[in-house]
Amino acid sequence: MKNLTAYALFATTALAALPAAAETVGFAQIGSESGWRAAETTVTRQEAEKRGHDLKFADAQQKQENQIKAVKTFIAQGVDAILLAPVVATGWDQVLQEAKEAEIPVVLLDRQVDSSEDLYLTAVGSDLEHEGRVAGEWLVQQVGDKTCNVVELQGTTGSSPAIKRKAGFEAGIAGHDNIKITRSQTGDFTRTKGKEVMESFLKAEGGTEICALYAHNDDMAVGAIQAIKEAGKKPGTDILVVSIDAVPDIFQAMAAGEANATVELTPNMAGPAFDALEAYWKNGTVPPKFIQTESKLYTQADDPQAIYESKKNLGY
Amino acid sequence: MNARLLPFVVTCGIFVLAYGLAWLQFPAILSTRVIGNLLTDNAYLGIVAVGMTVVILSGGIDLSVGAVIAFSGVFIGVMLRDTGLHPYAVFVLLLLITTLFGLAMGAVIHLLEMPPFIVTLAGMFMARGAAYVLSIDSIPIRHPAIEAIQSAYWLMPGKGRLTLIAGLMLLTVAAVTLLIHRSPFGTRVMAVGGDARTARLLGVDVGRTTVAVYGLSGFCAGLAGVVFAVYTSAGYSLATVGTELDAIAAVVIGGTLLTGGSGFVPGTLVGVLIMGLIQTYIVFDGTLSSWWTKIVIGMLLFGFVALQKGLVQLRSRKGGGRRRARRQSAQGRAAA
Repeated sequence: MKNLTAYALFATTALAALPAAAETVGFAQIGSESGWRAAETTVTRQEAEKRGHDLKFADAQQKQENQIKAVKTFIAQGVDAILLAPVVATGWDQVLQEAKEAEIPVVLLDRQVDSSEDLYLTAVGSDLEHEGRVAGEWLVQQVGDKTCNVVELQGTTGSSPAIKRKAGFEAGIAGHDNIKITRSQTGDFTRTKGKEVMESFLKAEGGTEICALYAHNDDMAVGAIQAIKEAGKKPGTDILVVSIDAVPDIFQAMAAGEANATVELTPNMAGPAFDALEAYWKNGTVPPKFIQTESKLYTQADDPQAIYESKKNLGY
Repeated sequence: MNARLLPFVVTCGIFVLAYGLAWLQFPAILSTRVIGNLLTDNAYLGIVAVGMTVVILSGGIDLSVGAVIAFSGVFIGVMLRDTGLHPYAVFVLLLLITTLFGLAMGAVIHLLEMPPFIVTLAGMFMARGAAYVLSIDSIPIRHPAIEAIQSAYWLMPGKGRLTLIAGLMLLTVAAVTLLIHRSPFGTRVMAVGGDARTARLLGVDVGRTTVAVYGLSGFCAGLAGVVFAVYTSAGYSLATVGTELDAIAAVVIGGTLLTGGSGFVPGTLVGVLIMGLIQTYIVFDGTLSSWWTKIVIGMLLFGFVALQKGLVQLRSRKGGGRRRARRQSAQGRAAA
């Protein structure tokens, strides 16, 4: 009996001492399909280093099967927490259940899953629908009562940002019948696909019919700007360009007058995630299920050149 | 030692050596948890690679399998969502479709004398396209019967899980091993892959064998699709892009000759496990870029192709004098 108490005492002290020690955190990242994604990886690494945690990084190369493997390997390795930026929303029940049984907290970064909420500790992200709405409302303000045909470059088919940024934008322009989305196709969040799809839009619609471009991320917008220029149109003037993410290159395009507005998706998702985890390790504080980051709108009036300078070293 | 088994022995040696080196650095890698994960995570790849082994043994190739897996997942998702069919009925229906699809490709290859590369490439586009037509969104797959399959596992000592889908994969490997190395069908496949003309002269029905081989590959791809759908609980038309190439790599690393006629089915499983081990090691390390997986697999492929070339030359020097003479006279005739 005495022994047991001693054990219990030892266990509690050991547990209490844990947060001070370096924790091992596994980070299952989607890949590096966009500049924003690369910046998120860099910022996460910086945050982990700053706080003295050992970060294990796994790049899923855009494939869910790789990501499930990585999370399961983290569990087998016995890490103290897992950060997960899921490729798609579906199919996480099994692996999250396994993490729960191993008592490893999982924090979702930037994207959601459709699993039950008690399978993960919390999710850090921006409100994707809100971002789309901010972009839509900006366009409404910009065009006033003029008729405006919008073409849309969607993100990766089936991913939650593609679904929600589309819905949010539609909500933002709802009630303004002069603004219509005439064409909408996936550009897979990449520059090359954005350019390709924009070229086909321009061919199909004829340049004069398009009044604005809404891209689900800046990279696709940058590709599309190239396509607009090659078609002999002036991006930013002939065709308004609004996109989401706020990566450095779009600020350069804004400084050159070729893009009009962007909604920021902050790459620092890991900061709030580590805050939540540290509180959880320390005294078991359970954070709310969703921690929202700010969605700020930047336009050409915000000194884009200066913002470009401050962002370019973040690893975008 | 049997020269045919030498590549298999080399593959096993590499696997054990690599695992040992990884274990020296990360002792936790030698746990039943990791071994269970290796088998479960790669179950779909193992099944599809076994089908691919048979195709390659017959001297062909099947590029459609990755797309067929994606199609299977979407098909299962859509059927469970839109019809009241039980998952098992959907599985049977799906396996029927993919097997018929494979048989059809085999028939086209044989009857129209088309290169398998082109026919199965067309098959790949058709299957991927069909998946997109069914649904472009990722469809959740939820059903009590599927959850029962997912949570069916044998808890090994040390908390490792040998799941049902991993067991299914091992069973497939065993069944196809028997089929290829212990049945008349296997002998016919080897004969067709070794030299189709000679096989025909020996009375092998080349057409029927070819059609059956692609049917088997279609069946394996469908089965892998079921396993993948259970594994991810989702059907997604963008899933398993390039899996056919991973499967081909596993077959070659597993010691099967790409030109057909020679190989050993269980080697493919070891090939799959080597690829899984590399990925596991990279995650354990946590600082390496995961793209090193591709580089290491590329290097292994080169190594094995070189090894095979050496073995083939060795064999032809030893006992192939006659065959070479015949080939030379055939060339002489062609030149004349």
